[in-house]
Amino acid sequence: MRYFTEDHEWIDVEGSIGTVGISEYAQSQLGDIVFVDVPADGRELSKGDEAAVVESVKAASDVYSPVSGTVLEGNTALTDSPDLVNSDAEGEGWFFRITLSDESELDELMEEAAYEAFVAKL
Amino acid sequence: MTDATLNPAPADLNVEDAPEGHDEPQLLPLDAWHRARGGRMVAFAGYEMPVQYEGIMAEHVWTRGNAGLFDVSHMGQLVLTAEAGIDRVTKAIELVLPGDIAGLAANRNRYSLLLNDEGGILDDLMVTRRTGPEGEDELYLVVNGATKYDDIGYLLDVLPDDVTMNLQDEQALLAVQGPKAVDALARLVPGVEALVFMTAGAFEWQGTPLWISRSGYTGEDGFEVSIPAEAAAAFADALCAEPEVKPIGLGARDSLRLEAGLPLYGHDLDPETTLVMADLGFALAKRRREAGDFVGAERILAERADGPAAKRVGLIVTGRQPVREGASVVAEDGAVIGRVTSGGFAPTLGAPIAMAYVPAALAIVGTAVRLVQRGKIHEATVAAMPFVPHRYVRQSTMTGA
Repeated sequence: MRYFTEDHEWIDVEGSIGTVGISEYAQSQLGDIVFVDVPADGRELSKGDEAAVVESVKAASDVYSPVSGTVLEGNTALTDSPDLVNSDAEGEGWFFRITLSDESELDELMEEAAYEAFVAKL
Repeated sequence: MTDATLNPAPADLNVEDAPEGHDEPQLLPLDAWHRARGGRMVAFAGYEMPVQYEGIMAEHVWTRGNAGLFDVSHMGQLVLTAEAGIDRVTKAIELVLPGDIAGLAANRNRYSLLLNDEGGILDDLMVTRRTGPEGEDELYLVVNGATKYDDIGYLLDVLPDDVTMNLQDEQALLAVQGPKAVDALARLVPGVEALVFMTAGAFEWQGTPLWISRSGYTGEDGFEVSIPAEAAAAFADALCAEPEVKPIGLGARDSLRLEAGLPLYGHDLDPETTLVMADLGFALAKRRREAGDFVGAERILAERADGPAAKRVGLIVTGRQPVREGASVVAEDGAVIGRVTSGGFAPTLGAPIAMAYVPAALAIVGTAVRLVQRGKIHEATVAAMPFVPHRYVRQSTMTGA
């Protein structure tokens, strides 16, 4: 099941494990991505914490954790190929995987159709 | 995630310098043209301007390999004349420009700096001496968009009453930059290929008068074309119909000039910096230096003799993360000793680069420096500028018949 935040992160949840990235809309707005800093394994994150940094040619942006939990792993492929976020934001360009500590936080996120409607109004 | 791109904030430029009643960004003559071509418009220097079309990286690479069309109509085009003749104008303006303006030959461009009483930099600009429509010589200045109204106010104060200044706000300004710019432009405007870097002349396109100089802000060969605003869209269409030319936005303009080591006013240059600090000593002419007959000369000549406290340098940043304007240069004990004034990812080099002011003792190529941005330390090395070699055409490539 995939959820989205108003800050343009997505999280794909299977059981208590979530995979987090930024949306296709976000990457299209950012433009050419030249650097991604993903969180270290084992880092404890609260919902809304600054979890990662993404830098386009234009600007630096913070990526917030959509949920609370413990980081399982960051996507090391982004170190050498940050442009994966441009080419496949909602797939190969994922940022990190996290073990959720409170699955009820997902209730506050948008499902895909709601997010699409949200973006359409921007 | 948060980001200035997703939640656009007003650019940190002097939009408040626009004339009263122009709090809202003004529209360029080519506004509709940019939008029709897919330009993403942002507020910059008091105007709505295209930051990109297909993408900054692609546009940057295209310009380095082919030719890019840049709309720089936000810049101020000023014409200075005097009843008493051009010498009256050049002599008067030399008070605030440290270059050899009186010695400027006809149809020659010169890069210069507008100085305040302390020798600080109020603007950087291009000066050209040319013959006006009445046959009298005049000075043609191109100044930054964000500073043009301040410049005009300052010049009105400084220049004697018999020097007349005209802001040519009915003229658009288009830059065609890149190694194939000459091929494309010469097809529309035969003869421009005979210009060399920093020379200019009057041309015509389909009956429209053009003022064209071989100059630019990318480090590449290229031209800047002043054209009546009403003809600009048709001319831009004609240029972009040439296979070498694509429209290029502000984003790539910034990354191209950064690679070329060219300072951006309001960022790398400001009223607190001098030409010595900014490493723009070439803008101080020998005659002017010896005469010391310009505002702020005492400070500038002293800094030149004794060395400035801080100096503008280029930096190559270790790793891949860009270090941008606002980052600090720090000593080993963490004390702030300098500042990054421009920075970003250099597409040609595939690495982050920056410009910074550092203590003069560190302003030596190869010196390692430490930067701090958002609490994170970055290592960098002082590098020679330009980062990417200039490819100006200084001699005519015409072989003759």
